[in-house]
Amino acid sequence: MTANGWLQILLLLLVVLLITKPLGAFMARVFSRERTWLDPVMRPVERLIYRLTAVDEDHEMEWPEYALSLILFSAVSMLVLYVMERVQQWLPWNPQKLAGVAPALAFNTAASFTTNTNWQSYVPETTMSYLTQMAGLAYHNWVSAAAGIALAVAFIRGIARREQKTIGNFWVDMVRGTLWILAPLCLVGALVLVSQGVVQNLKAYDTVQLVDPYQTPQLGADGKPVNGVDGKPAMQTVTQQMIAQGPTASQEIIKELGTNGGGFFNANSAHPFENPTPLTNFLEMVCILAIPSAFTYTLGKMTGSPRHGWAVWAAMVVLLLAGVTTAYWAEARGNPLVTAAAQHGSQQNSSLQQGSLQLDSLKYASSHAAGQSIGNLEGKEVRFGVANSVLWATITTDTSCGAINAQHDSFTPLGGMVPMINLMLSEVIFGGVGAGMYGMLVFVILSVFIAGLMVGRTPEYLGKKIEAYDVKMAMLVILIFPLVILVLTAISVLFNFGTSSMANAGPHGFSEVLYAFSSAVANNGSAFGGINANTPWYNISMGIAMLLGRFMMILPMLAIAGNLAGKKHVPASLGTFPVTGPLFTVLLISVVLIVGALTFFPALSLGPILEHLLMQAGKTF
Amino acid sequence: MKKNLITSVLMTVVTTLLFGLLFPLAVTGLAQVLFPKQANGELLTRNGSFIGSQLIGQPFSSSGYFHSRPSAAGTGYDAGNSGGSNLGPTNQSLIARVQGDADRLQAENPKFPIPPDLLTTSGSGLDPHISPEAAEFQVPRIAKERGLSEDRVREIVRQHTESRQFGFLGEPRVNVLQLNLDLDQIAPKRP
Repeated sequence: MTANGWLQILLLLLVVLLITKPLGAFMARVFSRERTWLDPVMRPVERLIYRLTAVDEDHEMEWPEYALSLILFSAVSMLVLYVMERVQQWLPWNPQKLAGVAPALAFNTAASFTTNTNWQSYVPETTMSYLTQMAGLAYHNWVSAAAGIALAVAFIRGIARREQKTIGNFWVDMVRGTLWILAPLCLVGALVLVSQGVVQNLKAYDTVQLVDPYQTPQLGADGKPVNGVDGKPAMQTVTQQMIAQGPTASQEIIKELGTNGGGFFNANSAHPFENPTPLTNFLEMVCILAIPSAFTYTLGKMTGSPRHGWAVWAAMVVLLLAGVTTAYWAEARGNPLVTAAAQHGSQQNSSLQQGSLQLDSLKYASSHAAGQSIGNLEGKEVRFGVANSVLWATITTDTSCGAINAQHDSFTPLGGMVPMINLMLSEVIFGGVGAGMYGMLVFVILSVFIAGLMVGRTPEYLGKKIEAYDVKMAMLVILIFPLVILVLTAISVLFNFGTSSMANAGPHGFSEVLYAFSSAVANNGSAFGGINANTPWYNISMGIAMLLGRFMMILPMLAIAGNLAGKKHVPASLGTFPVTGPLFTVLLISVVLIVGALTFFPALSLGPILEHLLMQAGKTF
Repeated sequence: MKKNLITSVLMTVVTTLLFGLLFPLAVTGLAQVLFPKQANGELLTRNGSFIGSQLIGQPFSSSGYFHSRPSAAGTGYDAGNSGGSNLGPTNQSLIARVQGDADRLQAENPKFPIPPDLLTTSGSGLDPHISPEAAEFQVPRIAKERGLSEDRVREIVRQHTESRQFGFLGEPRVNVLQLNLDLDQIAPKRP
């Protein structure tokens, strides 16, 4: 760990802190339908959209209609994406003449982008046409994010309103979210990214002549090296490099701002065309955290209790810092097996037997004390280094983003466990745009309930009594989540159709599967990327897991919102547990951690924890 | 139900036109006018033909060139198929690869410990950079191959060393392709 690394980490949090209040207050105005400075431009567009889509903007919905509208919209737009993938070979903007996408993969991808997951079982540059990326995948980045924002706003209204049955209009919330919040930030942000080198074009891939052509074994049709007439492996000379292009910046910006995470290229934000400089890296991280962080202020503002918003923010920041500290420590410390191999080359086996591994690591580390700190650089870019890679890995899984700037699969066991745990805490540490807010509010309700049990009073939350129905629905959210993850992981590791996709042996292979289903159900989309998920089993089971993870969370959550909206306001009394101070923050953190730990600790001990112990003992697979 | 279904269909059409087509096409138009070089991948030309992108790494194996990091993209630096090795920390293939590379590099320059970025693949497989330490590690070889003094080579490396952006963002780094192109200009003696 270096001082500069920590400076960059703390600077990011400072910038996020500074934008939380202005952006959160602006969002509160937008969703309370108050005037904003964007109205002269956006109001006419908004009215036009409602006219074209037969929306009555003054109509208020009860929670079942709100949920139905979301589900219908998701179903229709998911179907359109599926069809678009299947027929892309006949549609324009396909300069590489890419074929239609196979049915199972097209289903998985359609489910993935509709649910804001952006899990990718495919290599984008060899699978998806420019049109599919723009009008199919990036399009869903917009609307799935806007839907998440709408749902969080509906939940906040449920808390704020008194003795009303309605919680807003889904169409209006979604349209206002895209026009007032996403569109202006994306337009400016996309151009800033282009100025730094993120590509934005519609041309065919470029082919360049390599400065230094190289020899590589010739591969046959089966992907294996072929032998020449002399019986030695035949070699071929590679003289050219094909460089994938495309409309990247316009997708990159909404991918981060909408916490979607689906890369335009396979390497995602590790790719120099998606994330060319440390500045783009910093701005993309700010975009990932901006709206989820601002939502805490919107919550405080719309419910008339700003200090409650900040108490929730504080809980999120504490959990974020705990994650990034652990991951930074583990990755900066590096992989002792690689360190020994680096110092001893192929003679390291003898040193392993003598048990001098750790001594060697120390010697190696001190010999580098003056230079760039060593640490685990496998799967990481030089321009980002260890600090920016672990920071990105932490926030992309704290939120539901899932974009990556380093390969999580090659992190050390404990470094890789941090993103995994973040997913398992169901992404409430800032969380997805909107999704993180309503996810955290479920934990807030649980915390208030537990506090109520401790003092033996009916729990209250911001003037609303929390009763059996609300707690049952909250528990439903909390139980469905691990149930889907653990059951599907268990099935996958029992049968060959699951284990044959693992890229690494030993406990790491188990970690790959566990991470995949955690990522799917949490609607994150990042991966331990070695796993080959483009198989019928993973495409279909994960597609279903993503849909369950999205909609089976939303329904109970909206039911709570609808129920809360109808309740009377109860004035705070001496017996009310305050939800504004450090005591509440600590309780909230504890509840999040205890629920997560109790549920997933056994699975984690079979994966990353076991692998860490074996790595320390010098074991490889 | 029926009313909301109709709205769902219409809303999908209207928002696809707005955010799926109008937005990316507008950004493309603006980008091509305001930042044409960046929007097209910062391609470099030599003798009239494209020889690479400033942002995308290339494999270098001749001893007269500074070498890039190992790459897991395709057969190496395949910019049509980006990605990392995804080898886990206890994977035998990872350890064997590092051992093999370490043997080779240590034989080339026994005096210095090997910079870790030369032993590890990047996340993209297209990393255009190496650390300043990794460039320094290769200076003796380049000086010998190109018939330059080590200090002259160090001078060229220094010119291509980028410090942290604004002094604090990211890590110091050297763009390998640009460094090698410059080397060809200054000392065109090919090995």
